[in-house]
Amino acid sequence: MADALLRVERLSVALPTRTGYHKAVDDLSFAVDAGEVMGIAGESGSGKTITALSLFGLLPHGARVTGSIQLDGTELTAMTSKQLRAIRGRQIAMVSQDPATSLHPILPIGTQLTEHMRHHLGVSKPEARSRAADLLATVRIPDPERALRSYAGQFSGGMRQRIAIAVALAAEPRLLVADEPTTALDVTVQAGILRLLDRLCRERGLAVIVITHDLGVMSATAGRLCVMYAGRLAEAGPTAELLTRPRHPYTRGLLDALPHPEAAGAALVPIGGSVPSLGRVPDGCPFHPRCRYARPSCATDRPEPGPVAPAHLLACPPDPLRAAS
Amino acid sequence: MSQARGRRRLRPAAPPALRRPLALAGLAVIGAWAVIAIFAPLVAPDNPLAQKFTILAGPSAGHWFGTDELGRDVFSRVLFGARITLPLAVILILAAMIIGSVIGGVAGYFGGWVDNVLMRLADLVFAFPGIILALAIAAALGPQLRNAVIAVVVVSWPSYARLVRSLVLSARSAQYVVASRLLGASGVRILFTDIRPNAAGPVLVLAALDIGNAVLLLSGLSFLGLGAQPPTAEWGAMVAEGALNFNDWWVGLFPGLAILTVVLAFNFIGDALRDLLDPRTARAVRATGTRLWPMRCCGSSG
Repeated sequence: MADALLRVERLSVALPTRTGYHKAVDDLSFAVDAGEVMGIAGESGSGKTITALSLFGLLPHGARVTGSIQLDGTELTAMTSKQLRAIRGRQIAMVSQDPATSLHPILPIGTQLTEHMRHHLGVSKPEARSRAADLLATVRIPDPERALRSYAGQFSGGMRQRIAIAVALAAEPRLLVADEPTTALDVTVQAGILRLLDRLCRERGLAVIVITHDLGVMSATAGRLCVMYAGRLAEAGPTAELLTRPRHPYTRGLLDALPHPEAAGAALVPIGGSVPSLGRVPDGCPFHPRCRYARPSCATDRPEPGPVAPAHLLACPPDPLRAAS
Repeated sequence: MSQARGRRRLRPAAPPALRRPLALAGLAVIGAWAVIAIFAPLVAPDNPLAQKFTILAGPSAGHWFGTDELGRDVFSRVLFGARITLPLAVILILAAMIIGSVIGGVAGYFGGWVDNVLMRLADLVFAFPGIILALAIAAALGPQLRNAVIAVVVVSWPSYARLVRSLVLSARSAQYVVASRLLGASGVRILFTDIRPNAAGPVLVLAALDIGNAVLLLSGLSFLGLGAQPPTAEWGAMVAEGALNFNDWWVGLFPGLAILTVVLAFNFIGDALRDLLDPRTARAVRATGTRLWPMRCCGSSG
């Protein structure tokens, strides 16, 4: 783990609001190796996207960042905006949620692909063009030459997301952050995109962070999973272990809220309440007001993530689900 | 054959602007003036500056538009006038468009105090009636054609700045701009690669509609003696001479008609262009493959 591609240590991000600074990400640590898909899961408002943006140094104006983000040993939080620009796209790239809006509507696909390629890699125009065609073939776009001359509006949602991934990969980054890459897509198309990410990861040694609220998406791709709640790490570990034997009540709650073939017909169990908004995060364990297993100490003692199994971190001292495992 | 035609009919019926008679007429008029401007020495029967003894002679077979008070052939002078007005109008509008777009783009993209300073500057220009401000500037710089052009550019750029600023503001927060930043594009690069294509259409329409105004303003300055100086054959200045010889109507009428046709033609083209590039109709037009300008072809191939 010492040579992880990306290492985030005790990252906190405070955002300015009308009532002062509030932490959107609180004391988060994780690491991603090359050739690995890691998932970050959590409800809306749990700090997933802010975590992703902090990797790019593109947080909302006035955000305060503490802790460290190291890419291959280089500290990103200390970089100037010019240095960060050289990293963005070249080292880490992002695929955003909605492929309908993330591609430029009136620039041909070819231009969008070659633009970043030429900027970051300094290749010639014909060279960039042939690389762009190869890239489109890699993400399985039929007739790449023709696609280069086409516009985003001429493709379906799944195709657009493939193209968006190709654009993100144009400058051969080593880490790809996919923020809810499948949320706007059909289930069948989702599977294709996830397979694509998985294949890119294996074939190119690309590190991928998949951000989602859908644990089903995770089970198909991510090797490891971080579950976030209210900006903090709730539980982290191998995906298979987390999904079959969750230890944190929140992870358990997310799973219970998913339909399952073996429990067809049974009512889904929702988690009561909603994620606390910025500035209203309760003391102690942020999840305790919604937790079925909460004890009095949960309202006062702030849980720290600690190892409960190899490569398995848990931030829940009562560990009420230990028996289940 | 009949099947293909039937299928075509299912497409949204957006009449290509070029099939509009007014736009076609406008293009034809401007085209004709352009040809005249280029070949003026060949087309004109006389030297526009040559003075003869037949002063203030009415239209005749020898002098179609008559002669002015110095005995110069008005027809030749009107033809040669196109060599001044047309290129200057184009240069003017290009200058105003480029200056205004850059200022508006910078103001919209960077916001904050940059935006404030630049837009207050634009407001300052907007606060005066265009012709008055142009008059003041041209007078301050000295009566010369070049200074008149500068004056018109100074009063014209703010409309472009306002337009581009608003377009940039709406595009700035678009997802594809955010995506571009996430891939390492700098502010300037985003402005020029991602946002510029969005602004190109509306700016072009504004320019096409504005070029008529620019012609009028420039001719107006010349009319008031602050533009082209005698003996230059410039339409505005010629109209002014006509106003001094009111009974000899041909001296002022023909250059006036020249201004009228050019301004009208530019406005017709501008109207058609606006309809064509309007987002609600533009897509339909694009789908039918109609191409108005060669630049659209460049856009889709490059």
